[in-house]
Amino acid sequence: MWSFSKIAGIIDNWLNQTFSPAIALTIEMVLVGVLVIGLFALLGLVLVIMERKVSAYMQIRLGPNRVGPKGMLQSLADTLKLMVKEGLTPKGADKFLFNLAPFVAMIGAMLVMAPIAFARNFQMWDLNIGVLYITAISSLSVIAILIAGWASNNKYSLLGAMRSGAQIVSYELSAGLSILAIVVLTGSLQLSDIINAQANGWWIFKGHIPVVVAFVIFLVTVTAETNRAPFDLAEAESELTAGFHTEYSGMKFALFFLAEYINVFIVCAIGATLFLGGWMPLHIGSWQGFNHVMDYIPSSLWFFGKTFFLIFVIMWFRWTFPRLRIDQLLNLEWKYLLPISMFNLLLITIMAIMGWHF
Amino acid sequence: MFLKDYCKEVLGAVQSLLTGMKRTGYYFTHHKEIITQQYPDNKDTLVLPERFRGEVIMPHNEMNEHRCTGCTACELACPNGTIKVITKFDITPEGKKKKAVDKLVYHLEMCTLCNLCVSSCPSDAIKMEQTFEHSVYDRKLLTKVLNKPGSKIMEGIE
Repeated sequence: MWSFSKIAGIIDNWLNQTFSPAIALTIEMVLVGVLVIGLFALLGLVLVIMERKVSAYMQIRLGPNRVGPKGMLQSLADTLKLMVKEGLTPKGADKFLFNLAPFVAMIGAMLVMAPIAFARNFQMWDLNIGVLYITAISSLSVIAILIAGWASNNKYSLLGAMRSGAQIVSYELSAGLSILAIVVLTGSLQLSDIINAQANGWWIFKGHIPVVVAFVIFLVTVTAETNRAPFDLAEAESELTAGFHTEYSGMKFALFFLAEYINVFIVCAIGATLFLGGWMPLHIGSWQGFNHVMDYIPSSLWFFGKTFFLIFVIMWFRWTFPRLRIDQLLNLEWKYLLPISMFNLLLITIMAIMGWHF
Repeated sequence: MFLKDYCKEVLGAVQSLLTGMKRTGYYFTHHKEIITQQYPDNKDTLVLPERFRGEVIMPHNEMNEHRCTGCTACELACPNGTIKVITKFDITPEGKKKKAVDKLVYHLEMCTLCNLCVSSCPSDAIKMEQTFEHSVYDRKLLTKVLNKPGSKIMEGIE
């Protein structure tokens, strides 16, 4: 049976036999870069059409249905349109920062991709502080938004960027604490260790109610961190036109748009890895027969299935809940999510020390 | 006691959020009732809601008679001067002079379709029509005379 790790192994062998190790490594790096960019473009197209279809279904509408079969090529057509559009830079803008911001947003999203395991033994960089790396890099996205808001020389952009700063800085705490819950249970920051610890059941099942609470808090906080409704104060169409990307047009706007969707994918992938076992199939304790049946489903399918399920949940949030006010948003974080997640972390620590989990 | 209220608040919030998600989840899984009208495609079968207001018309019967007495109540009721009633004096068979409508001029380009003229009309002479494809190249075409040429008032309308 084919798998991503086998294909990667074959390519690695062939490159090392044909070229010297240094050149082989360089070629591999270039290949990985190209693959990541390709994955980004594909994800952007798929997630945009998915979002539009999901929203349409939830609002009893039809959604895009003109371009291609059932409107499935709509996002491709939109991308083409954005590519041929003029990328305008406003007169009073800080030109260098203005043009830099979309790329910072993309690079931030790209860097978090490194430690994610897409399938069994298929990971770019299994560094031993994976979780720390992810939490550190994912806070970079706020810098791109602040740069964009500041450089646009527009009050809407600046307001949106400031809101986004307050939001991401405060929600990072709860996100970090809920991620820590899994680190405490596993005793390792390495993503492959975390996934292997779930070989006899995913943490969300093994960890009782505290992990479920941590998972819910994680979902809420990542929705806020990716600036999506109901926490989309940074963009808030009805208040700030488009927030930090008001002044952007053409491909630079598309990059921001893409970065938002990539960030959604990444946080969902992280959530799937930490709480739902990443590429690990659904295993239940010592039921050998059941576990073997589940192993026949390829690990990459498990990973993408879980990730897309979480993406669907986040889209479900977006098309159900109304937007919060900035004071309600900060109340929610500092008065509810943070105390709850701290208490929850305490419970999980006690649980891990006493060995009360499965 | 503070802690009790706090927990109650959190649980209540979660419950209300789940109620909302249940509703949208129901719509997502029961994708049958679609509110989208695929307009230019279904032009022939398009059914508009009963209360949809497109423009003001004056219905005439087959004898080319209308119900308008020329009382100018609609002109007075109109908030933005859309309707202008030009009156004339008819001579009744008894030789008396009687006020009647000569032209009821209706400016569709100024109309906000608020329905105040229709509800103010004492003799139900005008009503709202459901046509909505009003775009024309010359805006003079939007100024309409509602009573047809040569039309008379119906018998028995005062």
